[in-house]
Amino acid sequence: MTNTLHRYSEHYALEPAPNPAPVRDDYIVFAMASRGINDDDLVEKYRGFLHLALKHKPVNIGDATKGGALRPRQDMNPTAHWRRGHQPDPEQVIAGIEGHTTVAAVFDNYAAMEAFVEELKAADLGISVNISAPMAEAERCCRDAGIVRHSVEYSLGFRGRVDKLPDAKTLELSTMCGHGMLSADFVRKMVDWVKENRRTPAEAARYMARFCTCGVFNVSRAERIIRKACALQR
Amino acid sequence: MKIDPDKCVACGNCVAVCPMGAIHIDPEVGRAVVDQDECVECFACYRGMSKEHLNPVMVRAIRKTARLFRFRFDPEPDICPTDAIVPQDLAWPRIVRRAFSDPQVPHESTGIHGRGTAEVKTNDVTARVNEGEAGFVVEFGRPGVGTRFRDIERVTAALAELGVEFETNNPVTSLMRDPSRGLLRGDILGEKILSAIVEIKTKLEQVPAVLRRIKDLGREVDTVISVGVSTRCDTEGNDSLRGMLEREGYAAYRGKTNLGLGRVTVRNEA
Ligand code: SF4
Ligand code: SF4
Repeated sequence: MTNTLHRYSEHYALEPAPNPAPVRDDYIVFAMASRGINDDDLVEKYRGFLHLALKHKPVNIGDATKGGALRPRQDMNPTAHWRRGHQPDPEQVIAGIEGHTTVAAVFDNYAAMEAFVEELKAADLGISVNISAPMAEAERCCRDAGIVRHSVEYSLGFRGRVDKLPDAKTLELSTMCGHGMLSADFVRKMVDWVKENRRTPAEAARYMARFCTCGVFNVSRAERIIRKACALQR
Repeated sequence: MKIDPDKCVACGNCVAVCPMGAIHIDPEVGRAVVDQDECVECFACYRGMSKEHLNPVMVRAIRKTARLFRFRFDPEPDICPTDAIVPQDLAWPRIVRRAFSDPQVPHESTGIHGRGTAEVKTNDVTARVNEGEAGFVVEFGRPGVGTRFRDIERVTAALAELGVEFETNNPVTSLMRDPSRGLLRGDILGEKILSAIVEIKTKLEQVPAVLRRIKDLGREVDTVISVGVSTRCDTEGNDSLRGMLEREGYAAYRGKTNLGLGRVTVRNEA
């Protein structure tokens, strides 16, 4: 299933500005094994991938069958109103991997992503690895890491009843869960709560991240977009 | 999805959480209700929200008292305080809603074959799309708009006329009664889903024609369509698709790059 292909940025506006600002804080590296081809020791391979990723400080990691480093909890009690833990738990993601899935690591800077890719190349896990990012940045990463690109898939943006889509800032946030689990209404509500000073941008980003079932939501980029949407200096 | 009226305290948290806007608080009963025709069984409310297990009678009493003083009830916005959201048993054809909307559904449970291919994500080991070929993923309904199968059929029927080949291991293809004409089973046409991906493969030189057709068809459907197109690079890592897309006026700014690090390991060890 496609889950990171159509992350909206100004480049995909129907009438884009002449030189939209490049996206420089959203790089996803993900791995996927194929049945009967390279799925031997698959749990170890996936765990190895994510352990290597953690060395480069990803802003989120995820297992597509279980979720990301921030997940909803089914066992909360009333003290959650005042004492809720908001810390991501990457070790829980790694420990929870059981079998076939896609694992992903999200970075908010090129250098970290590139260093991770270099390590992956050396580790030679044997599973398929993809970068989901601006195409030119992924190409540059391959050059820097001495990798020859195998295949490419381009996102061509949205067609049809685009009038039904929310505004650009909301889309930038909601499409960070490519499966559409993050509702545009919830995104708008959270941005409003930040404007009303009921929550901080970091808290709002974390509420959103919990709805992304693959763990590819970029919490750091979300915070930046929320600040911008609220025109906040703080 | 259903909401248990005995448990719901009408806090309203789930209203914004639903990607389809299918939940509202009914003022007559003072409970949240789900519009069953709009609900796509995506489970975002049920699974995405954290749950407390508060006593509903107590919460209602507190809320009633607070309202007298015009206190603001300010719970965590992603929590259902009384665990009132309950999945329902889904029968055919409604079960197709969940199959196409909930990314974590155990697929075999829905009776729909195929999960969609890994596109070019595993092309380094599956060789699904070769040099000189293009793979299309034409997605309906995302982000956040939803779609009904009758809109999808409008497009698949038109694409079939272009002579494209539908990917066999794909859930939409598995619901076709006549893949050569792109026609879907009649009993699902009215079902609403969060999204469906149609996968087709063509020769690279057909890309401009297929894209133009999809663009035109976009005017005839009541949903959004997002398109991804892929190919295999040459031995130097270059691809001839990008130039083609730019000439056609597409942004092609972001996407996926398969690094070619996959290899056969199972057979080697056998
Ligand atoms: S979140 Fe739970 S208690 Fe609140 S309105 Fe929705 S179902 Fe009712
Ligand atoms: S299952 Fe999805 S569409 Fe249905 S009410 Fe819940 S969030 Fe809304």
